[in-house]
Amino acid sequence: MLFTSYGFILFLCIVIGLYYTIPKRFQWKLLLVASFVFYYFSGWSNLLYISVTIVSTYLIGVKLGNLDKQQKSYLKEHKDTLSPEEKKAYKERIKVKRWRWLLLCLIFNLGILAVIKYTNFAIANINHIFTLFKMNELSFVNLVMPMGISFYTFQTMGYIIDVYRGKYEPERNIGKLALFVSFFPQLIQGPISRFDDLSKSLYEEHHFDAKNFAFGFQRVLWGYFKKLVIADRIVAAVLEITKNPETYDGIFVLVGMVYYAIQLYADFTGGIDITIGIAQMLGIKVTENFNRPFFSKSITEYWRRWHITMGTWFRDYIFYPLSVCKPMLNISKSSRKRFGEEIGKRIPVYLSTITVWFTTGLWHGASWNFIVWGLLNGVVILVSQEFEPLYAKFHERFNVANTFGFRLFQVIRTFLLMSSLRILDCYRDVGVSFRMFGSMFTKLNFNELFNGSLLKLGLDVYDYIVIIIGVIVMLSVSLAQRSGSVREKIAGKPVIIRYTVFVLLFFSIIIFGAYGIGFDRNQFIYNQF
Amino acid sequence: METLLEILGELHPEIDFETHKSLIDDKILDSFDIITIIAEVNDRYGVAIPAHEITPENFNSASALYELIQRLMDED
Amino acid sequence: MKKKIISFVILILVVVTLGWLLQKLLMPKYMTKIVEGALISEYYDEKNKDHDIIFIGDCEVYENFSPITLWEEYGITSYIRGSAQQLIWHSYYILEDTLKYEKPDVVVFSVLSMMYDTPQKEAYNRMSIDGLPLSLTKIKMAKASMLPEEDLITYIFPLLRYHSRWKELSEEDFKYWFKEDQIAHNGYLMRVDVKPAGSFPKPRKLADYRFGDICYEYLDKIVKLCKDNGINLVLLKAPSLYPHWYDEWDEQIVDYAKKNDLLYINMLDHLEQIGLDYSTDTYDAGLHLNLSGAEKASVFLGKILQKEFNLVDKRQDEDLKAVWQEKIDAYYKMKEEQYKELEEYGYLLKFNLKRAEEDNRQQ
Repeated sequence: MLFTSYGFILFLCIVIGLYYTIPKRFQWKLLLVASFVFYYFSGWSNLLYISVTIVSTYLIGVKLGNLDKQQKSYLKEHKDTLSPEEKKAYKERIKVKRWRWLLLCLIFNLGILAVIKYTNFAIANINHIFTLFKMNELSFVNLVMPMGISFYTFQTMGYIIDVYRGKYEPERNIGKLALFVSFFPQLIQGPISRFDDLSKSLYEEHHFDAKNFAFGFQRVLWGYFKKLVIADRIVAAVLEITKNPETYDGIFVLVGMVYYAIQLYADFTGGIDITIGIAQMLGIKVTENFNRPFFSKSITEYWRRWHITMGTWFRDYIFYPLSVCKPMLNISKSSRKRFGEEIGKRIPVYLSTITVWFTTGLWHGASWNFIVWGLLNGVVILVSQEFEPLYAKFHERFNVANTFGFRLFQVIRTFLLMSSLRILDCYRDVGVSFRMFGSMFTKLNFNELFNGSLLKLGLDVYDYIVIIIGVIVMLSVSLAQRSGSVREKIAGKPVIIRYTVFVLLFFSIIIFGAYGIGFDRNQFIYNQF
Repeated sequence: METLLEILGELHPEIDFETHKSLIDDKILDSFDIITIIAEVNDRYGVAIPAHEITPENFNSASALYELIQRLMDED
Repeated sequence: MKKKIISFVILILVVVTLGWLLQKLLMPKYMTKIVEGALISEYYDEKNKDHDIIFIGDCEVYENFSPITLWEEYGITSYIRGSAQQLIWHSYYILEDTLKYEKPDVVVFSVLSMMYDTPQKEAYNRMSIDGLPLSLTKIKMAKASMLPEEDLITYIFPLLRYHSRWKELSEEDFKYWFKEDQIAHNGYLMRVDVKPAGSFPKPRKLADYRFGDICYEYLDKIVKLCKDNGINLVLLKAPSLYPHWYDEWDEQIVDYAKKNDLLYINMLDHLEQIGLDYSTDTYDAGLHLNLSGAEKASVFLGKILQKEFNLVDKRQDEDLKAVWQEKIDAYYKMKEEQYKELEEYGYLLKFNLKRAEEDNRQQ
């Protein structure tokens, strides 16, 4: 079920209606049932995959918790009878046991993800090599990817790693863990929640709070506005440009970049707004995933503000563990001895960064363009790190750091940089992406912007007006948000203003949303059979 | 504690690490700084700070970090 | 607290009212361009829903028969509940809906739609279904007719279907936001222009002539509905020269009529008796009759039906006389206006969009 389908809206109304009428102690159970029903609609075989992940993680989580308990009680019992060396050895044994269980869970579940998502990618690449050696090509497998598997697998692996680290006790109620893994608003595109964070409100009994409910509903509407009115409208032009690279080169690549930035922002943040809004309507607090990312002044800042939960997941579960593990520390030591301080201290940073960005790219999709995109992000981040001393010197010389002009320059620069990298997302082919990017500087066809070509991309004048107004509204809301919650501000205004805003928003979605069968004039033209 | 202050000072000479109490919250130390610090700490103090100890609580001030280092040294 | 509830209720009312207004604005009006779209809904404006004969079917009924002629010649009251490309399941539900308002003596069903056993075009679905007031019948009708890309909820809230017309709002939409012009005459769509019939391509041989199962199902349903309500059902093939009415199709209807004890009239077998002249009686080269043709067809059909079913001549009823006099006046007025238009432009503006728009531009 897509968020933007009549079926989902009906489903939502039923779930929310039941949620506030049944006894409160059943609320989280209702959500569990609802999540499984929601997942069932995407294919009942998919239920199998998510159930396997839930059960394996539950069992191993409990096992890890039990081993920990076992260790604590044993050491307490034998506090005075064991020597420090014996205690240390015992702790090591338990640690190895726990480590093995963790490894099993990770390999099993990440393995499922890897096989489903990356088998055909691996086969395609193997086939390239095979054809070089004139060997027979392997045939592709037909594996359907369960909805949200990348998200729920990572969210669940985060949980088991936290349990291993002793951050919190494992969840001993399999139903509750199942809900954490499958919570339906998050299933499609995140955010990737942390168990200790989400469980604070996920299992509580929730009374109907009118203000919270209204705020959640407003947020949901706002999300639908961005998705239906802006994203689903401008996508036509993005597709037109990126599916026909030979026709749309030069300046059109820039046009496509900007349009895609608008589409992706509206679609992704809109979807997250719907997710967080629905959760809020249920009295549940889901963590934020975006923080006005296009106001970032550097790429590193951007990645703290865009898809935040993905960034922090990779940081906490790959970047840090990798950078501070014994092997890495040893590499760091030995390379410092070999190559000196300057190079030595960079090695762990570089290795970890490239690894993280390689996996980030890979996580986004099973094709080279995503991997290259990930690596390029990593490279740009490292390069900008290296340039820091240069920047510092520049700012010493010219005192522009805090001027509005310079900050605006930084914002625009970052926007163009990130949009350029995203070209790899649009054209899906690495070679084509680079070629198109290059053509922006070689094919100087700016005049085409003014000869009506922009109206031949699938958008007419009315569409552009709606998009422009939509973007202005999004921008205004973001600007206003810097000084506090917009919903609070609106709530403080007189009734007439509040209701007008709501009515305008609601009917904008209904009237200007890019959904449904268009009014196809051709169908209506009078014809005799 | 001097060694630690040395390590920190090399990264950000402009900051007074003796008094600053919100190094993470104020975004003075980023993730690159943290792993560099950990590598240096490993080199100079001989302790390996594990990933799960990378929390704002442990890194917000030099003194908190020093406490962590001491604790890890004791455990060994 | 009370204040909050009251203002919330007011908000709901505002949303509902605004939604209703916007829906009315954005729905196609069918007043100047595709006027066929207005046919179904016009029935509900009838003050006196009580007719001797109800016609159901596609353009083979609403272009070929004149209820005014039936009244003038025989004192029979009738209404044509036809619509563009009305398929047999549309016809069944329209009949079910009509029976909520009246119980006619005779129902005449145009059997051409037996040739379509799957939903055809979304646009024609809308023209047949949108005109009905919201009811269980309408929902059943929509469910039976929908193409895969359609959603049932858009038939309950047409705003969800027509919202994208905001780009195409024209003078027509605002002029007819809350009013309607009379488009037809008890369901008859008048055309006075003439386009003589030429030759038609030879009809292709079909692989299978048998009408689809679903068509027979719905035909059975129509038969049963009429039987249960004591209504006489008449099967009719109108005198259109195209689409070709195969002998194999005709046989099936003859058989069916015999089996179910129904009267079946294939007007193509009686062209001479009707007196049709396809060089003057058709406006589109033989697919449909024009006014003169429709009147001839009505004279022919009316006589048969009155005799067969003992339909009373109601021309002496004072009340009815008055009602129908109004209709007669409107009828001849439109006839006059159409002739005037023909003289001035050489064609009827309403029915020749492209040409009218081009001429406008040239001027």
